[in-house]
Amino acid sequence: MTAGVGLGGYLAVGAILFVIGVLGILINRKNVIIILMSIELILLSVNINLVAFSAFAHDLVGQIFAMFVLTVAAAEAAIGLAILVVYFRNRGTITVDDINQMKG
Amino acid sequence: MIVAALAFYLFAGIVIAAATMTILSKNPVHSVLWLILAFFNAAGLFVLLGAEFLAMILAIVYVGAVAVLFLFVVMMLDVDFARLRAGFARYLPFGISLAVVLLAELLLVLGSGGVHVAPAVAAAPVMPGMTNIQALGALIYTRYVFIFQAAGMVLLTAMIGAIVLTHRQRPGIRKQKVADQIARTPATSIATVAAPVGEGVTL
Repeated sequence: MTAGVGLGGYLAVGAILFVIGVLGILINRKNVIIILMSIELILLSVNINLVAFSAFAHDLVGQIFAMFVLTVAAAEAAIGLAILVVYFRNRGTITVDDINQMKG
Repeated sequence: MIVAALAFYLFAGIVIAAATMTILSKNPVHSVLWLILAFFNAAGLFVLLGAEFLAMILAIVYVGAVAVLFLFVVMMLDVDFARLRAGFARYLPFGISLAVVLLAELLLVLGSGGVHVAPAVAAAPVMPGMTNIQALGALIYTRYVFIFQAAGMVLLTAMIGAIVLTHRQRPGIRKQKVADQIARTPATSIATVAAPVGEGVTL
């Protein structure tokens, strides 16, 4: 079931994916769509960690928790994109720098 | 064993390459397609770990719903994406240095040999002779049923929220008004007009 590479390999993939997600947020600061995709990548890395620990500890709770993380990620993406569409309809732009209407 | 290791390195390599291309692509449509590739290969990693159900969920929910939602939104919004990349080169050195530090720290923890799974008593041990889906179902519908319902409520809230946010009443659109049609009576809709011969009537 957990043949081949050990736990460390999966955790390394999760760590690299997490860092790529953070880097994506940092370098695409103006594009909300890419930022949302980076958040999806971060959540995917968290899921890889949860499933890896679940498999190597022979404990299914990790997989159940990963499923709820998936649920929340799907809800977050739906709401985020809905807000994006409404914002674009009202302002005609999605540049992050222009989102300052509520600034005091 | 060697096949499993090779499969791991293949899937892991493609996941990382696709994730890198996701954040570096000039065109957001390409980003979404790279993201889909990353999800598929992460599903492959899940299969290697024995989590078949989550792998299928990843392929169906993430690729089938979330990524396609991204694709819809990217193609629906008429945005000048070149302008959105204006600060890309400016943030790149800072971002990469921060990412290198973060990655070095994370890999340091892994490389120090500090990560072991202690042989503790599992909260939900894997039953022998049960498939992954059977075992997950036996847990979700018994011990974790309330959390499962809460997840359903989260999705319902998200659905209602998305509809409320994006639904709009547009003026100037002709719709069928059923209530008005039913409320009509002969008194309001029929008129008897005596038409003079040879002249016709104006209604």
